[in-house]
Amino acid sequence: MKNFQYTEASQPAQAVQQIGAGRDTKFVAGGTNLVDLMKYGIEQPDTLIDISRLELAKIEKTATGIRIGALARNSDMAEHPLVTSQFPLLAEALLAGASPQLRNMATLGGNLMQRTRCNYFYDISQPCNKRQGPTAQAGCGALEGYNRIHAILGLESGDLNQSCIATNPSDMNVALAALDAVVNVSGPAGQRAIPIRDFHRLAGKKPQQDTTLAPNELITSIDLTTPQRAGKSHYLKVRDRASYAFALVSVAARLVVESGRIQDVRLALGGVAHKPWRLTSVEQQLIGKPATEASFREAARQLVAGAKGFEHNAFKIELAQSAIVRALQTVAA
Amino acid sequence: MTDNDNYMVDGAGRRWFLKQSTALAGTLLLPPLATPSSALPGTVPAASSTARPITLRVNRKTYKLTAEPRETLLDLMRNRLNLTGSKKGCDHGQCGACTVHIDGRRAYSCLTLAVMQQGRDITTIEGLGTESALHPLQAAFIEHDGFQCGFCTPGQLMAGAALLREGHTGSADEIREWMSGNICRCGAYPGIVAAIQSVKKGGTPG
Ligand SMILES: Cc1cc2nc3c(=O)[nH]c(=O)nc-3n(C[C@H](O)[C@H](O)[C@H](O)COP(=O)(O)OP(=O)(O)OC[C@H]3O[C@@H](n4cnc5c(N)ncnc54)[C@H](O)[C@@H]3O)c2cc1C
Ligand code: SF4
Ligand code: FES
Ligand code: FES
Repeated sequence: MKNFQYTEASQPAQAVQQIGAGRDTKFVAGGTNLVDLMKYGIEQPDTLIDISRLELAKIEKTATGIRIGALARNSDMAEHPLVTSQFPLLAEALLAGASPQLRNMATLGGNLMQRTRCNYFYDISQPCNKRQGPTAQAGCGALEGYNRIHAILGLESGDLNQSCIATNPSDMNVALAALDAVVNVSGPAGQRAIPIRDFHRLAGKKPQQDTTLAPNELITSIDLTTPQRAGKSHYLKVRDRASYAFALVSVAARLVVESGRIQDVRLALGGVAHKPWRLTSVEQQLIGKPATEASFREAARQLVAGAKGFEHNAFKIELAQSAIVRALQTVAA
Repeated sequence: MTDNDNYMVDGAGRRWFLKQSTALAGTLLLPPLATPSSALPGTVPAASSTARPITLRVNRKTYKLTAEPRETLLDLMRNRLNLTGSKKGCDHGQCGACTVHIDGRRAYSCLTLAVMQQGRDITTIEGLGTESALHPLQAAFIEHDGFQCGFCTPGQLMAGAALLREGHTGSADEIREWMSGNICRCGAYPGIVAAIQSVKKGGTPG
């Protein structure tokens, strides 16, 4: 690992000031992603700002729902009564991720920002637009390589070799997308609130950029609005082993059914795109329909419409649809 | 694969090697035969301005030393505190062999920097039990064949001791799920689950 300077931030404002001061400066929270990437030489910051002791770990009630501080540990989030009672989908997604040890270390902010697990991104001897940036004209190693874990949706329509077909690996982010979370951030110009759908981005012409957060901005918290009608929810994660593995495909589903008809539905997919995949138009179309396999199948078809399979991941197109139907049947039962 | 200028297996690989050898030289782990490589120009670490005094509390003992921010808790404990019970299986958060408790909660010591753990209470396998007074789970591992080669065992024990305290012992399946952050290459899993269940039944979660 390259040597670097290390400082601790004791106040959020101080952290924002410190990150603006250095050239190649990064925040470190739980360290479970950043330290790993630094070991491989993928991230090489000159300075690390330790934000792990900032008083931003609270989980509290707000007028409309709950607010979770950016430094809340994933394990604390998953077992907090406000989360398990009002947002069981989030708790379930968190517990489906990583391992107990990692969840004890990983923070909300770090999870939002975690980078892809694409093998070519992780191997600095391989060409990768995400790691090297578009001006390097490196290309994408996964395109003609082993692309089993890669995206099938939200892909650039132009030359894919100038873009990126990686997926966002987080389980939590899929649940947050389904729940319409709002990410609160603080920067030199003050605070702003970013709806989760605008927080993560599709790769497009800027494959190096996973999110719309500026490098000098600090995530301080997220807000979640308590749903009018909770209904039932489920996070279904399909992976190569039963636990401690990233998702091949995952589904975050929440459904309200009355007299056999769908009143409200939320549906987000993980493992299929550069960001959690959600189409509110598909959800709208489900409202009023009978809560039957036929309706679910039609929604699944629409949600993956236009999907593109590569050499090793074409199976995901069928798998995603089956997973959507299974998740919806589980919550409709 | 596109542009040759950027597809530098050799160049990138070599940079990586030099970086690694610098890091290794720092830990004094290189066997004597390998030392000539450190004579390569440019690989001798410069006197560092990043090293800093740190204080760590491990197994109720206080250690004061100078550390580089890049030293992981695992490396620092193994290489400099003579606490070699925590194992380096993967060094990337993927195996659990390095599991310790930080303020009573299980964590991987390979993915955290030692400088970040000042002021916290760290417990390693050396602090779990003693040879004359084993932790109940250590005794149960012996009784139920919870290990074969033993490499993963310190991590399994630290994870298992935490799991007992957390109370994730409702069923064998629950134990397996909550022990999934610890991989055993020898496949001692049935013995590990049996050992945890036996301590739970004995009602001495330690
Ligand atoms: C073996 C392994 C298996 C895993 N399996 C899963 C899995 O199945 N599912 C899953 O979802 N995840 C999984 N993870 C990933 C894990 O969830 C992430 O590593 C973790 O959430 C990152 O959080 P952290 O606090 O440790 O982040 P750090 O490593 O500290 O930081 C990550 C990034 O976020 C930035 N950052 C952190 N906090 C802030 C903030 N407040 N404001 C702005 N930027 C910030 C940092 O600068 C850094 O760039 C796995 C990880 C490992 C190592
Ligand atoms: S998929 Fe993205 S991260 Fe992976 S090699 Fe291609 S550009 Fe890099
Ligand atoms: S050595 Fe830390 S998890 Fe493998
Ligand atoms: S006992 Fe050998 S790896 Fe677990």
